[in-house]
Amino acid sequence: MKSMSVRLKIFAAMKQIATEQGVTLPPLDDDLRLHETGFDSLGFAILVARLEDDLGIDPFTMSEDASFPLTIGDFVRAYEHVPA
Amino acid sequence: MNMSQRETISLRDYLGPHLAGRTISDGRDVVSLTDILGYTCLGDRLSELSGRSVLLAVSDQLISSLAMIEIDGVARRMLLVPHDLEAAHVSALIADAEIDAVVTDHPERWSDAGIDLVVEAGPSTAAAVAARTERATEWLMLTSGTTGVPKIVSHTLGGLTGAIVADGPARGPGPTWATFYDIRRYGGLQIFLRAILSGGSMVLSEPGETITQHLARLGARGVTHISGTPSHWRKALMSASIASFAPRYVRLSGEIADQAVLDGLKRAFPAASIGHAYASTEAGVGFAVNDGLEGFPAAMIGCADNGVEMMVRDGTLWIRSTRTASAYVGRDAAALRDRDGYVDTDDMLELRGERYHFVGRRGGIINVGGLKVHPEEIEAVINRHAEVRMSRARSRRSPITGAIVVADVILADAGSHGNKIRDEILENCRASLAPHKIPAVIRFVPSLEITAAGKLARHDA
Repeated sequence: MKSMSVRLKIFAAMKQIATEQGVTLPPLDDDLRLHETGFDSLGFAILVARLEDDLGIDPFTMSEDASFPLTIGDFVRAYEHVPA
Repeated sequence: MNMSQRETISLRDYLGPHLAGRTISDGRDVVSLTDILGYTCLGDRLSELSGRSVLLAVSDQLISSLAMIEIDGVARRMLLVPHDLEAAHVSALIADAEIDAVVTDHPERWSDAGIDLVVEAGPSTAAAVAARTERATEWLMLTSGTTGVPKIVSHTLGGLTGAIVADGPARGPGPTWATFYDIRRYGGLQIFLRAILSGGSMVLSEPGETITQHLARLGARGVTHISGTPSHWRKALMSASIASFAPRYVRLSGEIADQAVLDGLKRAFPAASIGHAYASTEAGVGFAVNDGLEGFPAAMIGCADNGVEMMVRDGTLWIRSTRTASAYVGRDAAALRDRDGYVDTDDMLELRGERYHFVGRRGGIINVGGLKVHPEEIEAVINRHAEVRMSRARSRRSPITGAIVVADVILADAGSHGNKIRDEILENCRASLAPHKIPAVIRFVPSLEITAAGKLARHDA
């Protein structure tokens, strides 16, 4: 249940930013590569900041070797796997 | 003494019994300026300060103002420090300014400071000896930098009053001036000097007083002319008691005056003239703009009106005039002017059409993935929304772009529809700003910190 709500929150935030930036999002699924979302680095920077406010975590700043994920699935897991 | 003695003008030359009814007041006391020359706040010990480098360390502004009037023209130097000066900086400032006397309302605090002359300042008493101007006193002030020991800059009374003399005498009865600033800072000192030179009166700010009490006192004391920073004014415009006050002249300085605050003041004071001035502790008074529009006419760059020459170099405003400070004071002091006598203000300009607009401080730039942002240009757009009273854009670290911009916003009505207003603010930002300048997050807050110098606190700058 917890992971579901994180995933939904991430997708809702992405849709909101896509609207604000005039980006047409393809259907969001785990295999979609982040560079195929239409988001630029600024879009992801906004996403990560808003998710930090919403979920209280920023997995990419917290982690020692922060390699940014490649797919939507990896991105969502980065949030799900952070200890609460 | 020397031959130039007669030409040396000091503050006492602007005071005398010929103008009746002049006063200077704070929240507690009213002192007559008309017969001030017959009084002393130094217990008749002024002559001991002759030729000395004096630190004026008096807690309240009223006694400070009386001491300035007395000491000017007698001491070699007078260092003005605001009441909130950090104690840790005092010894460095004493060494750099070669202080050998202190004037204070707390002499017990200075007994171990290694200064051989401590003169107590207090409420005025009748003077036994008339003071006489002996020399042009050097006025030392502190820059309003945010970190470390403040720098000391050196001014003359002639330079400090250059813009006031150029404006000419006020028509009609002497104005009653007030300022939200502390008069030990450049912006406040300008207003104190305007009150003295104009033959008028002065109403000082009072620490601890609420904005409501302050506005009521300004109205009750009949203030006609008043100055403050845009942040001071935004705060005042949030108070219902602004309606009880009707000044004739409203002046803004010290921060960028955006169109929203100019329009807000025009609505609050429809009968007043509203001007924004450009001045800084180092560059002195540059100019005033009185057409009610933000920015200033581009034609002012490169011409030498009133002896002030301005140029734009590397994107910042440079000023050369007799009103700039002459130097930084101290052993390791950097040069204040360039070889040609220009002072770099560090204030960045952008030409839009026929007007230059101030966009921010050079040191305040936020770097979003290699692209530069001035928080002030974002605030100017946010402030255009009718429901916004004040805003602060700031940097927030980002693992992706290094930094992003976020904004804290005070709404006129805290209970209003936040989400709708947030969308409208973002819409305004998208219409006027590049994508990296649009706040990633907008937070509604009940208040924003204002520094002692009256400026919006920018901790990340």
